[in-house]
Amino acid sequence: MYIYDEIDQTMVDQRVNQFRDQVRRRIAGELSEDEFKPLRLMNGVYLQLHAYMLRVAIPYGTLSAEQMRKLAWIARKYDRGYGHFTTRQNLQYNWPKLEELPDLLAELASVQMHALQTSGNCIRNVTADQYAGVAADEVIDPRIHAEIIRQWSTLHPEFTFLPRKFKIAVTGDQKDRAAVKVHDIGLIVKRNAAGELGFEVIVGGGLGRTPMVGPSIRDFLPERHLLSYLEAVLRVYNQLGRRDNMYKARIKILVHETGAEKFTEMVEREWEQIRDTAVELPAGERERVAAFFNPPLYDAAGDAAETLTRHIAGDAAFAHWADTNLAPHKADGYAIANISLKPIGGVPGDASAEQMDAVAALAERFSFSEIRVTHEQNLVLPHVRQDELYAVWQTLKAYDLDTPNLGLVSDMIACPGMDYCALANARSIPLAQEISARFADLDRQHDIGELKLKISGCINACGHHHVGHIGILGVDRKGEEYYQITLGGSGAEDATLGDIVGPAFPYDKVVNAIETLVDTYLDVRSDGERFLDTYRRLGADPFKEALYDAN
Amino acid sequence: MTLIRDRELSEDSWLYIEDGAPIPSAGGAIVSLERWRVEREQLSGRNTPIGVRLDSDTAAESLSEDVDRLDLIAVPFGQFKDGRGYSTARLLRERFGFTGELRAVGNVLRDQLAFLERCGFDSFEYAGGTDAAQALTAFDEIGVVYQTATDRRQSAAATRNHPSRAFSNGTSG
Repeated sequence: MYIYDEIDQTMVDQRVNQFRDQVRRRIAGELSEDEFKPLRLMNGVYLQLHAYMLRVAIPYGTLSAEQMRKLAWIARKYDRGYGHFTTRQNLQYNWPKLEELPDLLAELASVQMHALQTSGNCIRNVTADQYAGVAADEVIDPRIHAEIIRQWSTLHPEFTFLPRKFKIAVTGDQKDRAAVKVHDIGLIVKRNAAGELGFEVIVGGGLGRTPMVGPSIRDFLPERHLLSYLEAVLRVYNQLGRRDNMYKARIKILVHETGAEKFTEMVEREWEQIRDTAVELPAGERERVAAFFNPPLYDAAGDAAETLTRHIAGDAAFAHWADTNLAPHKADGYAIANISLKPIGGVPGDASAEQMDAVAALAERFSFSEIRVTHEQNLVLPHVRQDELYAVWQTLKAYDLDTPNLGLVSDMIACPGMDYCALANARSIPLAQEISARFADLDRQHDIGELKLKISGCINACGHHHVGHIGILGVDRKGEEYYQITLGGSGAEDATLGDIVGPAFPYDKVVNAIETLVDTYLDVRSDGERFLDTYRRLGADPFKEALYDAN
Repeated sequence: MTLIRDRELSEDSWLYIEDGAPIPSAGGAIVSLERWRVEREQLSGRNTPIGVRLDSDTAAESLSEDVDRLDLIAVPFGQFKDGRGYSTARLLRERFGFTGELRAVGNVLRDQLAFLERCGFDSFEYAGGTDAAQALTAFDEIGVVYQTATDRRQSAAATRNHPSRAFSNGTSG
């Protein structure tokens, strides 16, 4: 993974000092809360319902064991012993004190971490495929370019006060695990017919109150032009994006109102002026960054696969876990091990300090000290030898991290909702817990198969409900929590937005409604069909009937 | 309001002149874009410095033909979060070659100064946040830059790949 040099370390250290002075001025009364707000937001500090919240950047979801240990240590010292992994591969602490934040950031800087650009109207922490570098069929590790973008976007002088926040996601695989089509910019690394590296560029996707699947504005951007092209997109947006209405300020609205074709022309015209100038990455830097992402030295496979087969045969619970939570690794004899942060009845994405320490120790011993955070709020040990999976699983079990539900109905995304968030209209976490408890029977979940359920507590859609196979959106109706259900969304390479199935349900009817939808699917599915496939084949009618006609 | 110019507190020798009001015979005069468009020939024929104040909604392109005739361009910042002026400044400097005084006016606060300077501003009508003398330290708080901008400071990537130009923890200004 990427290691800071003296330059990077100097920047984060100076940034801590800068923020320390800003906090000092706030506490001394030299800055009002209004004046302090844009400054704290540039450092990931939000004012939530009960307290300040700090969002720590985990660039493209890659963590070292040492960094994870530090996150656990901080959770104990500055929070209440836990942290919350988010859909943007970040970590949130819900209970830090303002006066302690500078020290907390200094602790992060000591392990090459920061909270820069995790909030505010700037280029946010860049995200990537959680299987980067290990996915069996990827073109190239997308973290090389994600890191290049991270650095380029850091304290970018022109693009720090954009009309609205700006999110970039990168994948190096045709199978999209990074939801690139619902980002402000999505990049798919690919090769052209001549075998050269480049990117398909998608601009103007997003969720929120106006969900859109982004149009592709360039089929192939040669790799060396990445930064000039990004700069062109951002410059057009910074000048023309709407600033009169924050709900229409994202780039997706500009692209939509301008028309994708005209918008593309504007970007290309700007790009012609700046391509091949000093804006581009200097020669040598790409190779320097790429070297950090070289694969580790894998052991020979030996009889690792046979040993795994034996372990699976000998322990049904392990077999269950191996069946759902493992993904194929590109190296012989290895596997990608997913760690679910969705225990039955738990809070999606929460991890205790003890769990973080346990994962750090496992990564050190079994996964080249590397950990990934997924946008679905789980963790990954990216390279585990197949004959060591059983030992890994036993430790996971001891820390309640062994839930075998990856991709199943209880592996939900849920935003913090009204339990923490000042914007929310409705609760998300308790609903997620109740749905999870209703489907607690894992055999039943396995029978249901892949089902992506996503819950947002308000229209801002932090829980990505639009791209859930089943999406749930909390709305406020005269002071009462209601939940609108959407069906048929997908955030993958076949991205689609879900359709609203009908009138919303009050809180206490939602779990039954979800169960009705699932039972309907089980009744009408054909062999091998996922919930999403059945919905796409049959449309909403059978689900509507089941939900509304019976009542 | 205090003027900061080239990182120092400075006397302001410029006056804003209302549309229709006479231009003083000495000193610099800043006029609106509308007036400039109407009186361009008379105004640039004078022997005193002349400047134009843009509106928030005016793109840099509107002065692309005029940059050689102007001594100052004032770019407004209505609200802290309105960042259009950063792009306007870069385009005036980098694309249209403006070499005169580029002034940030309006709600210019301490913690914007370093970003503004990187985009080509060299003077600032400082509105507050802390006292102006203390605000001057804002330019030097971060000594590392990760991208090339108008100020031509060497980016981290360029420094790394030109080992002859060693990195120092101080600012390169």
